[in-house]
Amino acid sequence: MNRDVIVEYVPLYVEALGRTVHIGLVGILGAILLGLGSSLILYFQVKGFRRLTRAYIELFRNTPLLVQLFFLYFGLPKLGLRITADFCGMLGLALIGGSYMAETFRSGLEAVDRIQFESAKSLGMSPWQTFFYVILPQAVSTSVPGFVANMIFLLKETSVFSAISVMDLMFTAKDLIGMEYKTMEALTLLVVFYLIMLLPVSVLGSLVERRVRYGSYGD
Amino acid sequence: MSETILKIDHLQKQFDSHVILKDVSLSVKKGEVIVIIGPSGCGKSTFLRCINGLEDIQSGDILLENRSIVGNTTQIQKERQRIGMVFQSYDLFPHKTVLDNVTLAPRKVQKRDKAEVEKEGLQLLDRVGLASKQNAYPRQLSGGQKQRVAIVRALAMHPEILLFDEVTAALDPEMVHEVLETMLELARSGNTMLIVTHEMSFARAVADRIVFLDEGGIVEEGTPEEFFEHPKTDRAKKFLASFEYHR
Repeated sequence: MNRDVIVEYVPLYVEALGRTVHIGLVGILGAILLGLGSSLILYFQVKGFRRLTRAYIELFRNTPLLVQLFFLYFGLPKLGLRITADFCGMLGLALIGGSYMAETFRSGLEAVDRIQFESAKSLGMSPWQTFFYVILPQAVSTSVPGFVANMIFLLKETSVFSAISVMDLMFTAKDLIGMEYKTMEALTLLVVFYLIMLLPVSVLGSLVERRVRYGSYGD
Repeated sequence: MSETILKIDHLQKQFDSHVILKDVSLSVKKGEVIVIIGPSGCGKSTFLRCINGLEDIQSGDILLENRSIVGNTTQIQKERQRIGMVFQSYDLFPHKTVLDNVTLAPRKVQKRDKAEVEKEGLQLLDRVGLASKQNAYPRQLSGGQKQRVAIVRALAMHPEILLFDEVTAALDPEMVHEVLETMLELARSGNTMLIVTHEMSFARAVADRIVFLDEGGIVEEGTPEEFFEHPKTDRAKKFLASFEYHR
């Protein structure tokens, strides 16, 4: 491995990391919102939206992200919607992530004992107060491990963005290999940069997990 | 002990065609402690749940100081806050500390001042011997302690009537006593209480009136002495005999 090559490449990877993290975070934020909304529709069995939500989740959970991205990237312009590759990545990530998050949040909600509703009602709490102060905090604490796993999964999935020419980490590595044949250096840096992105998420995730689960589950 | 605070008037409860409670009427006076006993499946718990609005009823009425509390309007929900309930399985909020369990509803529902509610919550916890557990989580408590916290949580709302639904049924025998002592103390200090229990000696000690429920209807009622010493109906005699053992 050539040290000079690595030093030369690092700034390119830093830039790509920034882009990857940016797209990843926006996508994940979208996924959280979509997932939360969907899980609430399923949990409260909201009429009219339930089937649609179910269909959305099954469609996006059971097709590869790459296929979804192709549909968005090449399909939307045909409908007259011009979007950038970066935005397409965010949208794709939000959609697939939303379907995973929905199931995670829903199982968290289902895990809360139904009798907690009665307990809260007997104390005079309104349905909204019950949900906000009693059900949701418990559901969130059970969902955290699944949520962290989803987050890591989604950040890793950004590696397929290169297929629609988003200049992310994967794209940068492939580009450099194609141009300069410094395969070893380019791939090593790729691994290192994915770790730089994901290790903190893992570590932070376990910390948050321990904290929010403290009340219900352990010392 | 004169004015009627709660009146149940020809209450009928059924699940589909299965009748749980038929034509049950009962008047509760202020400060009165009524113990409802009867074989399992007779509708005792359902009766309490109807009073607290956890079950809908098919006909009849439930009147709190002459005003109906049947239904689910905001006004009725508000009225219902005057009735507190303690459940068999405690049902504390597992993600909140003991003190937060106690203060949540007074703060959010009654919009009372946090400092004031916490002060009162601590006094109440102290009364049941649990002030030192204020920062513990429910899972760190024994069953008896959880149930005492659940009682305090209900008390913190300043209810005028307390409903107890087999609150010692899930407890280990040595925990039963501490919870029943707490309830006896509440009864002595003049609270209006409706208690469903299988603890006969406790029923006898705490009750002003025993109501014997069987097959969805009130079969017999009277003072503890009348009921336990001279039960009038065969069904009550048979029920009481089931608590005795002969060699």
